[in-house]
Formats: sequence, structure tokens, C-alpha cells
Amino acid sequence: MINRGSDWMQKVEVLAAWLLAFLWAAPLLYAVWAAFHPMDFVSRFVLTAPLTLDNFRSAWKVAPFARYFFNTFVLVSITLAGQFILCTMAAYAFARFEFPGKEIVFLLVLVQIMIMPDVLIVQNYKTVSQLGLVDTILGIGLPYMASAFGIFLLRQAFKQVPKELVEAARVEGAGWLSVLWKVYIPLAKPTYLAYGLVSVSYHWNNFLWPVIITNSTETRPLTVGLSIFGAPESGVNFSVISAGTLLAVSPLLIAFLLFQRQFVQSFMRSGIK
Amino acid sequence: MKLKRPISVQVYAWLLLLPALVLMVAFTHYPIVGGFIASFFSTGREGRASKFIGLENYSSMIADPVFWQVLQNNLIYALGVIPISVILAIFMAVCVNGRLPGRSIVRTAYFTPTILPMIAVANIWLFFYTPQIGLLDQIRGLFNIPSHSWLGDTSTALGCMMVLAIWKDAGFFMIFFLAALQGIPPELEEAALIEGAGRWYYFRRVTLPLLMPTMLFVLVNATINSFKLVDHIFILTKGGPDNASSLLLYYIWEVAFGFWDTAYASTLTVVLLVILCLAAITQFRYMEKRVHYQ
Amino acid sequence: MKRFFSGRVLMLCSLAILLLGVAPAQAAVNLNMYYPVAVGGPITKVIDDMIADFEKANPDIKVKAVYAGNYDDTRVKALAALKANQPVQLSVLFSIDVFELIDQGVIVPFDDFATTVEDKKWLASFYPALMANSKAKGKTWGIPFQRSTIVMYHNKDAFKEVGLDPNKPPTTWNEMVAMAQKLTKKDAAGNVSRWGLHIPSTGYAYWMFQALCIQNGEELMNQDGNRTYFDKPAVIEAMQFWRDLAVKHKVMPEGTIDWGTLRQKFLEGATAMMWHTTGNLTAVRDGAKFNFGVSMLPASKRLGSPTGGGNFYIFKSANAEERKAALKFIKFMTEPELTAKWSIATGYTATRADAYETNVLKKYVADFPAAAVARDQFKYAVAEFATHENARNKKFLDDAIQSVLTGNKGAKEALTGAQAQAERVLKGYR
Repeated sequence: MINRGSDWMQKVEVLAAWLLAFLWAAPLLYAVWAAFHPMDFVSRFVLTAPLTLDNFRSAWKVAPFARYFFNTFVLVSITLAGQFILCTMAAYAFARFEFPGKEIVFLLVLVQIMIMPDVLIVQNYKTVSQLGLVDTILGIGLPYMASAFGIFLLRQAFKQVPKELVEAARVEGAGWLSVLWKVYIPLAKPTYLAYGLVSVSYHWNNFLWPVIITNSTETRPLTVGLSIFGAPESGVNFSVISAGTLLAVSPLLIAFLLFQRQFVQSFMRSGIK
Repeated sequence: MKLKRPISVQVYAWLLLLPALVLMVAFTHYPIVGGFIASFFSTGREGRASKFIGLENYSSMIADPVFWQVLQNNLIYALGVIPISVILAIFMAVCVNGRLPGRSIVRTAYFTPTILPMIAVANIWLFFYTPQIGLLDQIRGLFNIPSHSWLGDTSTALGCMMVLAIWKDAGFFMIFFLAALQGIPPELEEAALIEGAGRWYYFRRVTLPLLMPTMLFVLVNATINSFKLVDHIFILTKGGPDNASSLLLYYIWEVAFGFWDTAYASTLTVVLLVILCLAAITQFRYMEKRVHYQ
Repeated sequence: MKRFFSGRVLMLCSLAILLLGVAPAQAAVNLNMYYPVAVGGPITKVIDDMIADFEKANPDIKVKAVYAGNYDDTRVKALAALKANQPVQLSVLFSIDVFELIDQGVIVPFDDFATTVEDKKWLASFYPALMANSKAKGKTWGIPFQRSTIVMYHNKDAFKEVGLDPNKPPTTWNEMVAMAQKLTKKDAAGNVSRWGLHIPSTGYAYWMFQALCIQNGEELMNQDGNRTYFDKPAVIEAMQFWRDLAVKHKVMPEGTIDWGTLRQKFLEGATAMMWHTTGNLTAVRDGAKFNFGVSMLPASKRLGSPTGGGNFYIFKSANAEERKAALKFIKFMTEPELTAKWSIATGYTATRADAYETNVLKKYVADFPAAAVARDQFKYAVAEFATHENARNKKFLDDAIQSVLTGNKGAKEALTGAQAQAERVLKGYR
């Protein structure tokens, strides 16, 4: 940083940054507090309060979290797999081929950047219903598999592949798919990783569309499970809800804390145009 | 070397494109058109088939006070959340990019809300906002300010939603600004230092313009989010009190899946789409004038 | 070579996962049902145990029960499943959804297939107050399962503290106001540290409002569910009374009071009295660190409360065999012993008089008289607010109530507005 100005100003800035960080972390820290202490201490921060795992036990018993985890895992896997396949092919077409109608199709793809399937819940529900995919995990993921964002990113990555490598492969007699598999995809690995992390985070946390599509425990992902878990008619029990919440967010949170740099790099990379 | 036009290659390209295109059209473009058409019909019910009613849905919508309330809410919400979260994000990025003690912890703290599902954090914030026993009111109690029903007061309910949205998204946007900041060559900074430029001057004249491309990306994202992310309403207020904290997409959900009035919901969706389009066009136009590509 | 091998494995795995994803929710051999257990906690285990007992006694019927959230969630889910032609044969749904379900053409009346003498006796064994929300157009569409009324909980220790008799909770509106004023405690800075009374106004505001109206002598809708009475003078008076509790008598905070966090506030002593569903009874008993009492709601012109809760409904989509099986199941779940067990576990009332004659419930009530309050209130109970297009009209009413309690509209203005809106919707059903 240049020309610090006064030292005092700098100290204020550091303090502000730290205060903001504390505010930002506070809700999660509170959830941890409430989850590990009995209900009496939900609103009292007595440092010597007894620790307990009872809330986690209750939460685990009340809602089938194991099943929800499984459903969510299947959901993000299927969605990501679909996205990788479909977006790779489409990005390849955009990056390497000339064909009539290319600009029009590209414009169509642009539309989806602004208008995502999430806001078209009424009509999309009808479509999924007609396809017979209501209350299936595939039904949740299908609208997202052709991701404009993914196509953009991969197209960008493919465009940066040096022509010489492609030429070399072609000279050796490789067909187009082979070139894709052997040259483009390996070189775009960082982009795949970045996109993968973004996609997994997004779909792990997605709520509105899954809550509309799923009706039963066999398909319900974690977010939907949390919403009904946390809203019983007679009232909320914050300790148990905090415990349930921590259970639900822990995989992603732990993965994030361990692989912070990769996460951050992914999101950074996906923003660079 | 772009490929020339032998027919087989073009067909090949289309085949590559087709699966993604089919799905995209099915779940984006088709519903847009379908919804538009559906807004001119009435909702079918048992014993009453759906029939063409022209602009009747639109006139009901104009006469619906809840619609206007919800529209106003969403605009206030967007106009509040977007600038504040972007400014905070830039501040965070600048802090984390510089020589801040404990930098990586701070960065983690800023980014953590992003990877948590909104539905989960809404539960936690529900407690924060609870009067008397909730955290916010306890802090107020320390200063002897009386307790307030944050979510139960029409003048603060929407604000509560906005705070939550800013908290959730600022860290996300920070990452993109951070990327951009790290792409600024350090020579620029050194040159400015030599010329005796002040920090604020440097920021305004050098950093900010170089952040413009990222700014566009972030603004687009922020705009989409402020119309798309309504999860917290389900947990905190269900749109109340008296629709004070309801947003357009939440109202659409209520009408479509609570009242099963799909025609009216389609009409509302048309409005939402128009807003999103307008926002997109405005932002692209505005930013086009200001973006400096290298 | 290695790469191809792993590629193939990857593909196979993806295929497997894909197939998993396409597999719809496992259909039970016979019956699928949704239910809204409104009390969080291991209650799902109670239902599962009851079902297990049923399946043991009826090995040819399998029942799969899916917890779908609260009443609104469950209605949304059940209707969505039915519209998507998923197999659902019966469900426990909000009693007041009956008109909506009839209009959507998804339920069948019990009279059509509960035709034997024994069946008719069974149908007649439920409390009449509860059947009020089960009957429409002269037929019986729902069987009471988890039903309730609103009761008033009070903090006996707080009563003693301010010199009130802890065993004499208020029985009239005026008494309630006077006692609440005594119970409202302010701290040194003049801020309220404990309120006298809380009546929740989110979630089910209309339900609480209905209680106030009935106590003031007015019903909010007619039996056929096609006319509302939001603008009757006594109704407006009741609304004004609710608002006055905060503004004039200052025993309640201004603005809306959240349904979900109210129980916690009561348990933490933030309010000395609360109106809430009897379904909270067990949770309050387990969580209270003080003595508390439960009583009927106070009277203005008369005593009263709306009933609440869920009924069993059987769907048209069930075939004849499934309907018979569903009927058997419902009869099993509403047997005196079982409804008693359910009542004890949740705090919902037992749905029939003979349930209270069972040993287990007799003993429970003897130990814990609070459990009988909701039942005793049945004498004065009325049907819960139910109309055609109920979700819409409920929202008009809820919005009106909330607009008055937040000070944005006057009682008369808000309620006449809501009445006009409801009229427009219900006109077509007359």
C-alpha cells in the first residue's frame, strides 16, 4: 500500500476490517455456541456453561439427516456430471467451430445468464411434471445441466488452448472428439475444478427449486430438510436447530476450511472474463 | 485456425451443441414464452377449464395492492442491497489484499457466509432478531435502549432481510474484486508513489477504473441475486407483517403453490422477467461507457 | 490404457448414480401418506411406532408416512404429488383445507364407503366440535386426528410475585387486562423486562383472531364456506381490543409477535401469559423451569375458541382396495387407546370422549390436569376458519390483522378491505 497517510488512519482501517470480520463470523459462531450448550443458555453467554452433545443427538433423531446428505450428494454429483458433459460439448462447438446460426445460439445462451431457471418456477414445474420427474433427484438437477455460465467459462478456457497443440494432434490423425479429450480437456483442468466447486456450492445450498420439486424424504436435499426441520408448528428450539444446521453445513464448511485456497481461487477464476 | 465450412463439420458442431441447447431451451426459453402465453388465460380448476381472458390477469394485477407492495419492496431491496454489498466487497477486497495482520482469517470470515445455505443461516438470524431474548435486543439492552420487534414491525422487517442479504453476498463479491486487484501490476502503484499521489487519489483514479470489468460482473450477479434469492423469507417472516417483507419471487411462489393460481403467477413472472431484462440492458449500456479494457 | 479404464469406471459410476437419481420415491406396497407433525421432536418416532403396530396386526398392508413440514407445507406437498400423479392414498391435512380439497376434486367423503352400522357408530364417536370442520355439504370428509384448541398458559411464579393467586387465571377480558398490567414489569431504565401477555400474530394470526371474535360473539364465516363476516361490528371491536392490548393497556409489545419463538419467550420469562395451541403442552412442560398453569381462554360475551389441527383425508386417487385399507388404518389410529397415546405424547387433545376413559389418559389427566383444559373447552369451541379458496382468504385476513397490529391501518379500514377482497373471491361459490 502506498503513502499510508497517518498511522492512526491505518489503525482505524485495521480495526474496521477486524470488526467487520467479527460481525461476519458472528452468526456461525453463535450457532456453534447454541448447538453445544443446553437450551437454557441459548440467550445467555455464560462461559462456564456445560457442553453437551444432546442437541446433535436430538437433531439427528428428528430428521433423517443421513438420507438428506445422501440425496444432496447424489444431486450435486448428477448435476455436475451433466454440466460437465453438456457444457464441454457446447463450449467446444463455440470455441472451435464455425457454423450457421452461431451468433443467434450464443445470444440464447446469454439470456440464461440473466434469467435462470430459478425464476421460472411456475412453468418449469409444469414441464418437469409433464416429464414425470416430480419428486425425483433428476428432476431437481435437470434444468441446471445446460449452464450458460459453464459454457462461457469453458469456451473461454478452450479458446486459450494453443493452436499448435491441436495441429499436432490432428496431424497424428486424431478425430475431433479425440482432440477434445486429449488436448482441450486436460488443459482446461483448472477451469473444470473452479467450475466444479462453484457448481457444487451452488447446488448444495439451493432451496427454492428443490422445495417445489421434492415431496418425500427419498429425494429431499439438506436445504429442504432444514427448512421443515426448523419450522414446526408449536415453536422453534434454537439449540436443536443450531445443531441441525451445523450438521447440514458441516461437510461444505469443513471442505472449505481445509481447501480454502482452492475454493477462493475457483471463485476468483470463474469471475475473470 | 478456425475450421472452414465443410457441411459435415457444421453438422458435427450442431450435434455437439444440441443436447445443451435442447435443455436450455426447455428450461429457460420455452418457459419464458410459455409463461407469457399463460398469462392471457385463466387458471384451470376442477370443473372449470382454462380459457382465454385477454388482459384480465394484468388488470387484476394492477388492482392488486399486494403486487404493488411486493414490487416496491423488491425495488427498495435491490437498490439497497446492491450498492452496499458492492461497496463493502471492495472495502473487504482492499483490506484483504493489503498487509492486514491476520489476513487469511479475515478473508475466511468474509467468505464463510457465501458457502452456507441461506436457509440455514436464516434460522440463526431468526434468533438474532427475536425481541427481548434475541441477540440484537440483548446488545441493545446493554445500552438501555428498549427492545424492538424487528421482524414484527413493517418499517424494519424489509431492512432485516436486506441486512441478511448483504451479509450473505458481500464476501462472495469480494472474491471477484480480489482477483481483479491482484491483476493490477504493482508498477502502477510504485509509479504513483514516486509521483507523490495520495492513497485515495490512487484508488479513485487508478484502482477503481481498473475494477470496472469486474464491477459489471458483480453488478449483474448482485442484481440477479436480489430478485432470485428469497429463501430467507420462508424462515424469517413468510412475507409479513402484512407483506412488508415479501419479494416478487416469493409472492409468485405463494400464488402458484399456495393458492394454485398458476395464471396469475405467470403474469407476475412476466413482470419479473421484464425487470430483469431492463436491469441487464441498463447495466450493460452504462458499463460499456466506463469499462476500460486493457 | 489406465486413463481409459478409469474413464469407463467413471462412466459406469455416473450411470449408476444417474439411475439412482431417476428412481422416484419408493412407493409402499399399499399406502402412502403425508402428515404434518406440528410438534418438533421425536414425535415422528411415535407415529412410526403406531404404524409398526398396525402393520403387525395387518400384515397385508404397508403404510409409509412422510413428514412434510407444517400444515401449509403438507397441503402444498400433497396437492403437488396428486397433480403429478404420484401414489398418495391418504394424508393428515389441515382440517380447514376441506373446501379447497373438495374444489380440487381430490378427496372422497367417508360416507361413501364407511357404510356398515359399526362404521357409522365410529363416525359418531368423535367430539361434535371437531366434526364441525370435517363436514361439508352434508357429508363427512375428514376424520379428526391431531386436534387442538387455543389455551392460555400462565407463569404461576410470576403471578405469585405480583400478588396474584397463581391458581386463578383470568376468566374475562377485563380480568385479563388488569392482571396483565400487574404482571408487566419494567426495569430501572423504564424498559419492559417482562410483558403481561402475548398473543402471536404471525403464522396463524387468523386463528387467534377467531378466538377473540367468538369470545365477542361473532363467527367469521358460514358453514358452507362461501361467506365471510370480517366487517361485523363485534369483529371490528375484537380487532380493536387486540390492538389496544399493546397501545392502550400496554401489556403487549407493538407490532406482530412471532409464533415460532413465542414458546421460547414464555419459557424464558419474557412474558407472563401466552395464548398458544394446546399442542405445545408437552414441550412447555418439558422446558419450563417454573410452575405454570393452563386455562381456557377468557370470555368477553361468551367463552370460546376455534378448534385447530389436522384430519385424516382419503384421496380419490386411491382405488377401492386402497380405500378399504386406508379406512382400516384410520380406524386403527383413532382407537381410544391410540388417540390417548398420541395426546399424551404431543399435547393435542384426544379426539373422542371414550379416549378419556382409558386408563392411561385417566391417569395422565389426574397427574396433569392441564391436559384436560383443551377438552373441557370443546363445549365452547367452534369450527376453525374454513372457506373455499381458503389460502387466499386466510391471507387477506392475516394481512389485515397484521396491518392493524403494526399500526398501519385502523381496525375498521383493514377489516372492511379484507371483507371486500374475500367477497370478490367467494361470490362465485354461491
